[in-house]
Amino acid sequence: MGGRDTDLILLDENGIRCDGRKIDEPRKIMIKAGVLKNANGSAYIEFGDNKILAGVFGPRDVHPKHLANTDTGILRCRYHMSPFSVEERKRPAPSRREIEISKVIKEALKPAVMLEQFPRTVVDIFIEVLQADGGSRCAALAAASVALADAGIPMRDMVSACAAGKVADTIVLDVNNEEDQAGQADMPVGYMPNMEKITLIQLDGVLTPEEYKKCVETAVAGCKLVYEIQKKALTDKYFSNGENN
Amino acid sequence: MENTKRKYVIPGEVITSGPYRPEQNVILDGERIIATAVGISEIYDDTVRVISLTGKYIPKINDLVVAKVLSHSSLSWELDINSSYVGFLPASDVFGRDFSAHADELNSKLKKGDLVVARIANSDRSRDPLLTISDRELGKIESGELVKISPSKIPRLIGKRGTMIQTIEMATGAVITIGQNGWIVVSCENNDGLLKATKAIQMVEEQAHIANLTDRVKSMLESKGE
Repeated sequence: MGGRDTDLILLDENGIRCDGRKIDEPRKIMIKAGVLKNANGSAYIEFGDNKILAGVFGPRDVHPKHLANTDTGILRCRYHMSPFSVEERKRPAPSRREIEISKVIKEALKPAVMLEQFPRTVVDIFIEVLQADGGSRCAALAAASVALADAGIPMRDMVSACAAGKVADTIVLDVNNEEDQAGQADMPVGYMPNMEKITLIQLDGVLTPEEYKKCVETAVAGCKLVYEIQKKALTDKYFSNGENN
Repeated sequence: MENTKRKYVIPGEVITSGPYRPEQNVILDGERIIATAVGISEIYDDTVRVISLTGKYIPKINDLVVAKVLSHSSLSWELDINSSYVGFLPASDVFGRDFSAHADELNSKLKKGDLVVARIANSDRSRDPLLTISDRELGKIESGELVKISPSKIPRLIGKRGTMIQTIEMATGAVITIGQNGWIVVSCENNDGLLKATKAIQMVEEQAHIANLTDRVKSMLESKGE
């Protein structure tokens, strides 16, 4: 059911996936906060083979002026993939997919950011995918959230993100590119770990109600792992080489 | 402050729960008090707050700021105050009540790029912050070096009852004007003092979270003294 035909063994009899991971094991994740000098806040994430930079400006004056809201600040987000981020050169103009991801990331961050404190301003988020390897929207969202915190923009909670999916009739955590292409379902989830609220959920594929529930639970567990790494990134930047009392 | 409890927090982290009063950079979520910024949380008596370590300057009434002239219209100047909003300085504040838009040329008093020490006269959600320079210690800055640091580290630069800034001023002989917006003007008769004062300010910025910073700065200033 579903998925593309492939010679790839997605899941062997010992429960090991095509890249050697267990079913509930995420890829290797590394986040660094404050990597760019000219942006107000920034973050760099390596999520498996994904390499993504996020930069945040603001709150600042809105241009064009008619977009400004006198009651609250606004959020703008641009997700962009570099021409060299995929195997065949990607044309640099924003594609349908990039416009969609920009929108969902913006909407996933909006509940967390306290824009009402900054009327008539805008917070701009720029996300640049340097290398893509499946699940880049989750990685981008996690990086954007760290960049926002680095910019000192008040937030109700961090937003963590991780995907889960169905591969070879099994629910697995953090679907990679091969599994995404050949698997049966992919579900990216954005999650606020302290408020225990989901801010992003998408589903590509077919799941039974039971599988759906399991998939959400798996993804949320993954988000909690990502949160610890986000926390470490900020702690490393702001509280290292000092005593922790 | 013996009964102050400090902790490093990031947005979303629960600081405490119970009958506390939320102050700056925290929100109340039911019983829980949650940080909204990266910084150091403080529980003092019944209040909880977070001292943010990053972010832009948020204008507060009566704050002293160092501002840079961006442009002017026939009635007012616009000043960069290192914030989300531009500062608004009406011409009548400089020329007095008999200001006339045809007779007086705004360029004659303040030009684009000039630095001024100003006070925030008014600031609310609906308008850009209103500045004033009509006071004795306010007005155009004629000489000095501009040093920019994060606005959140200004309290650290001043120190407890001004100890830090006094230490730097005494050791270098410099006169330091601190704007709450993170812009600082250092002026000094001799070049050496100027360089040392600038270095000390940058040291405070880099090591703001380390305890006993005043002593560290003092020893740095003394060691380079010879």
